[in-house]
Amino acid sequence: MIPNMNKIAGELSPTAFHVSARTLATHALSIFGDHSDVMFCRTTGFAMLSSNSVQESMDLALIAHAASLESRIPFLHFFDGFRTSHEVNKIEVLSEDDLRALINLDRVLEHRQRALSPDHPVIRGTAQNPDVFFQSREAVNPFYAACPAKVQAVMDQFAKLVGRSYHLFDYVGAPDATHVVVMMGSGAEAAHETVEHLVAAGRKVGLLKVRLYRPFSVSHFLAALPPSVQSITVLDRTKEAGAAGDPLYLDVVNALQEGIKQNLKRPAVTPVVLGGRYGLSSKEFTPAMVKAVYDNLQGTPKDHFVVGIEDDVEHSSLSYDPEFSIEPDNVVRALFYGLGADGTVGANKNSIKIIGENTENYAQGYFVYDSKKSGAMTVSHLRFGPNPIHSSYLISKANFVACHQWIFLERYDMLSSLVEGGVFLLNSPFGPQEVWEHLPRQVQEQIIRKKARFYVIDAYQVARDTGMGSRMNTIMQVCFFAISKVLPREEAIEAIRQSIRYTYGRKGEEVVQKNLRAVDETLAHLHEVKVPAKATSPVEMPEPFSKQAPKFEREVLGRIYAGHGDELPVSAFPVDGTFPTGTTKWEKRNLALEIPVWDTKTCIQCGKCAMVCPHAVIRIKVYDPKLLANAPATFKAADARDKEWHGMKYTIQVAPEDCTGCGICVDVCPAKNKSETRLKAINMEAQPPLRAPEAENWEFFLKLPEIDRRNIKLTTIRQQQVQEPLFEFSGACSGCGETPYLKLVSQLFGDRTIIANATGCSSIYGGNLPTTPWAKNAEGRGPAWSNSLFEDNAEFGLGFRVSIDKQAQFARELVRRLAHEIGTELADDLLRAAQKDEAEIYEQRQRVALLKEKLQSGKSPEAKQLLAVADMLVKKSVWIVGGDGWAYDIGYGGLDHVLASGLNVNLLVLDTEVYSNTGGQASKSTPRAAVAKFAAGGKAARKKDLGLIAMSYGNVYVACVAMGAKDEHTLKAFLEAEAYDGPSIIIAYSHCIAHGINMTTAMTDQKAAVESGQWLLYRYNPERQLTGENPLLLDSRAPTRKVREFLQQQTRFQMLTKSHPDDAKRLWAQAQEDADIRYHLYEYLAQRKSGPPVKAAQEPAPAPHPEKVAH
Amino acid sequence: MIDLSTEYLGLTLRTPLVASASPLSHELDSIRRLEDAGASAVVLYSLFEEQLRQESVLLEHNLAAGTESFAESLTYFPRQEEFHTGPEGYLEHIRKTKAAVDIPVIASLNGASLGGWADYAHRIEQAGANALECNIYFLPTNPAMSCAQVEDIYVDILREVKLAVKIPVAVKLSPYFSNMAFMAQRLDETGANGLVLFNRFYQPDIDLETLELRPNVLLSTPQDLRLPLTWIGILYGRVKADLAATSGIHQAEDVIKMLLVGAKVTMMCSILLREGHDHIRLVERLVEQWLADHEYESVRQLQGSMSQIRSADPAAFERAQYMRAVKGIQYLRLDDPSWRYLRED
Repeated sequence: MIPNMNKIAGELSPTAFHVSARTLATHALSIFGDHSDVMFCRTTGFAMLSSNSVQESMDLALIAHAASLESRIPFLHFFDGFRTSHEVNKIEVLSEDDLRALINLDRVLEHRQRALSPDHPVIRGTAQNPDVFFQSREAVNPFYAACPAKVQAVMDQFAKLVGRSYHLFDYVGAPDATHVVVMMGSGAEAAHETVEHLVAAGRKVGLLKVRLYRPFSVSHFLAALPPSVQSITVLDRTKEAGAAGDPLYLDVVNALQEGIKQNLKRPAVTPVVLGGRYGLSSKEFTPAMVKAVYDNLQGTPKDHFVVGIEDDVEHSSLSYDPEFSIEPDNVVRALFYGLGADGTVGANKNSIKIIGENTENYAQGYFVYDSKKSGAMTVSHLRFGPNPIHSSYLISKANFVACHQWIFLERYDMLSSLVEGGVFLLNSPFGPQEVWEHLPRQVQEQIIRKKARFYVIDAYQVARDTGMGSRMNTIMQVCFFAISKVLPREEAIEAIRQSIRYTYGRKGEEVVQKNLRAVDETLAHLHEVKVPAKATSPVEMPEPFSKQAPKFEREVLGRIYAGHGDELPVSAFPVDGTFPTGTTKWEKRNLALEIPVWDTKTCIQCGKCAMVCPHAVIRIKVYDPKLLANAPATFKAADARDKEWHGMKYTIQVAPEDCTGCGICVDVCPAKNKSETRLKAINMEAQPPLRAPEAENWEFFLKLPEIDRRNIKLTTIRQQQVQEPLFEFSGACSGCGETPYLKLVSQLFGDRTIIANATGCSSIYGGNLPTTPWAKNAEGRGPAWSNSLFEDNAEFGLGFRVSIDKQAQFARELVRRLAHEIGTELADDLLRAAQKDEAEIYEQRQRVALLKEKLQSGKSPEAKQLLAVADMLVKKSVWIVGGDGWAYDIGYGGLDHVLASGLNVNLLVLDTEVYSNTGGQASKSTPRAAVAKFAAGGKAARKKDLGLIAMSYGNVYVACVAMGAKDEHTLKAFLEAEAYDGPSIIIAYSHCIAHGINMTTAMTDQKAAVESGQWLLYRYNPERQLTGENPLLLDSRAPTRKVREFLQQQTRFQMLTKSHPDDAKRLWAQAQEDADIRYHLYEYLAQRKSGPPVKAAQEPAPAPHPEKVAH
Repeated sequence: MIDLSTEYLGLTLRTPLVASASPLSHELDSIRRLEDAGASAVVLYSLFEEQLRQESVLLEHNLAAGTESFAESLTYFPRQEEFHTGPEGYLEHIRKTKAAVDIPVIASLNGASLGGWADYAHRIEQAGANALECNIYFLPTNPAMSCAQVEDIYVDILREVKLAVKIPVAVKLSPYFSNMAFMAQRLDETGANGLVLFNRFYQPDIDLETLELRPNVLLSTPQDLRLPLTWIGILYGRVKADLAATSGIHQAEDVIKMLLVGAKVTMMCSILLREGHDHIRLVERLVEQWLADHEYESVRQLQGSMSQIRSADPAAFERAQYMRAVKGIQYLRLDDPSWRYLRED
């Protein structure tokens, strides 16, 4: 995009981009807000216009369009990602008349006239030589020179039209200010509030808000400064490592210098300019921090400081008083702690709407989300007040705190932000009489100390009784209005009722009625609790992570997990974004209301439950019966049924505190209880009574030894599934369809795997702090993982291969050179090892261990070099992982390049057929008829056949799998792909919450995809050509069901029949045709006669091969 | 020329051969083919009122699942301005069918609880249906529910629907009542314009491999017509409502038998699914042939001539018929407890 922006600007094409400014990935990815991405564009020639609030975003959006047409300079209009883009605020919406009035039609027509047309042809985009390029480039200058005045003219016209006035630089504060802060973005809202507060207190301070950042008008900037200014602090919300200062700072310094040079109207004395950085990745920027910035100008100021964090390394941070608050008393401030699944955020957005629309009050909402997708906590920050709300920061002093989930009591300190005399509303399974004794003591103490009014409601019960299931949004919303009295109670309830009709009316009367019933039932269940005078509870809030966790995990990751990440100083963190693996095991999220329980008598020990478990909470071990001697009383074991494990014991153990309760294991379990067929060999039961005993069993189970990997027959699931997963307890959605594949990779090859992971769901549940599910075995080996970007992942992974191969080649070279030193027999064995299976890899590891032992005493540089690369003599498995958005779309060019490389890499496409991580946008993998964002009327085109494209290379192993449809096939494909000495690609059907499905039955529902021909199972193995066989094996049988049966299971297809029935009919028929045509094509391809055996089917991949030592 | 016409639900039909609610009425093209083959009216496939309600709840659930949980994916689906979660599609189908064919169109509404019957019935009438068949599909499994309560459900639904519409209303019901005749009379008194005898309850099968119950929609067999034949024969002349025969009507002989006991129309489904639309034409020709061979002038002349009240042997419809039937097969002991059971069945 950025090179395009240079082109657009170079060609003076009026353009307006509206950008929610976000963080660029550096040491880590962050989706949150700062100015690093827009600052990346400041050399493109685009004008840059900054909005600081929701209202301004709308106003300046229009100004950007008009100004671009007037000036011919393209505009990048930006506002802060999340803080502004996701804030809900009561604003004045511009009318279409306003829009029409501000856009000059003549400029539009001129713009259209400049368009390329064969009716009046010109050429653009020429190539120019040194003789003319330079002059030609300078020809645009008058347009940039004229631009600021044109922008101001549009702003003036806008002010006349709608009454809101903007300037290129807007100054607020004391007219005789001596200290001025210069900044842009949402932080300026907090600074504005604070300046008003400080000026009222007599401080001579001011704030200059930069609106037009490019072209930077020096004259306008200097004119906007109060003449009295003596010192300026420039705040940047971006970091340019290695620069003399951050960008806005440099511009201000330069402007002052230019002012002198050009003798422009400017402050009486040339002010001192300080630079500071704040708010990276949506870090909070509060009035307390703003005050610290002004206070910094008193005494000996810090320059190039940071504010909002503690820099205990370079000591550049400003300290601030977190208790400093300027929130006015007439603003109601409410905090709601909920789960994503319970509808809390939706209800709060709705409450804002009700208050905003039904009262004169202004309302603001901002929502903080979790880094997990399952059991995700949401915190809603709501403000209501009589004046427009500019507080662009979270609520730290709330009048009302609501906890919508009981489990949060033991995990988060929610009451620390409650003001004295505030309200605490708790959704509690315990009534007003019993609840007190169940609260943690810290919670009791805070309620008493803060003289809080304490209310409880059993919203779970009301939700169950009224058919709302787990969604208690409406119920808790009624409670809020009933207690807070923001509106008269009856009026509020009627407004809620109306809003329910509006919100759910289009989804059917039944949904409306259920919500209305919930409203009616709520008040009778809401109770105020009489707060005792003393805190007596024996219940303590547990440490976030177990004491057994290593120090870094406890003191850094554990604190992040508990919500105290903001308090960690710079020194707590690795300097290069490197973190330990195997950390999800410390979280113990206790999300599941029900967990699976194993029935030893019914179980046939097939291993399917463990295989499909998306969270690796179902584990299997086979072990010596003697080890049961000290087993906990409720620990279960059965005789191993497999004849190769005769005499051993077999246990399926569930991790009770890590399970998310998805129930997929129960759904796939093929064994039925002989006396009661509703029961299987694994059944869901309530978690709370099982939590303690099963946690003890889990601990015991973990200590049982893993079976020797050499004794596991990998071709059958029943044996393979005893392999230890090295991917566990991810924060993926409960019942995720992707994670079972990753877990399988980790079981089969995890101790020698390196993973390049494209940005997407798998990089989020794989590597979003605080923890990672990628884990280590008892020897300390496990997958090494890295995420580079979305678009470059295949090449990134290819780099791993090239590097590993080079290191292995170097190691072999050194082994040959040092053969006499290390022993020729060992050297010979090291170089000859084929490492075709676990036993051979085990033996090679033993040899490498011996080699390293011998090299320890070696003094030669070569010995040291070999010691450093010796591990590369053990076969490494490179996996390049990502979703369909990466593989089919954004990263396709690179993926194709890697497939063509011939190198030994394994690409795993977790194909959810939609961009899942960003909320369901259509990809080229999205099948015909599916509704997705950008395909709201159902995708009109058929799904791209990535497998067929890959097969066209002839030397690429290609498999298309669906674990839920045929698990043995999936296992076979993964083994073959990894064994193939060349590029392999596995396209794995991954059910997804973005399909709108029942996640519990999603695995077994995959059968319909395969049986209808909607998804084909096949393997294309180039090695088969060596024996004259057709490389393609079509593993799907001819369809036995209609595609319709599959489509009917999923909301992504089904909803089209409700929204556009005629289109649905047409697209569903075409989807059937697609499946028929594709099956026949594959059937034809698989039945073709192959030619004679191909000796060297394809050019050999330059992967390591056994070779002989030259003695 | 033999007059094949009949009156059903106040509609004059060219013949008594009606296509009953089935997948054959899903597509307009198929309905046109039914008309072309000679169907004198078509009962559209059923609108499942409860299914619609469940679908709307499920739609809301699935659209909301996972939303507002994770900052980068606050929703998973594009917002649709409107969902047709109600009967809009069905109503449109009625409108299109009415425009496409000349034969009367009878809509069918299926459900078991009061729910949205009245509203749906009203909208069906607005859409232009000539009549409405209420398929009250209620399988009581609650042992605490009395027979009277079960019967009240039927009557209450019919009352609601009758209040909501002016078009004729038929009730399609099952034979599983303690006293079928009493039930028929109650429905008759409540204003049913027709009684369609009988619908067949879903009876699941067992998959012996998976030990799961599986839906198994069985097509009717010719034996199935005995039950409606019996009850139409008994009810003819005792209720004002028109009687329609359905279940097991496959051949011309079946049609004639039903007309003889008093059916105003005979409805076919399974045989059409098996043999195709044109089977109606064959049946009509053979019925006409039989009437001609037996010197009947019209269908109306035939209708009800062998009903219980007009039959030479009224007892044949009752217990005596059973005794006569089994006498030749086995020695029957009247004190045998199984007798009572069989009698009730």
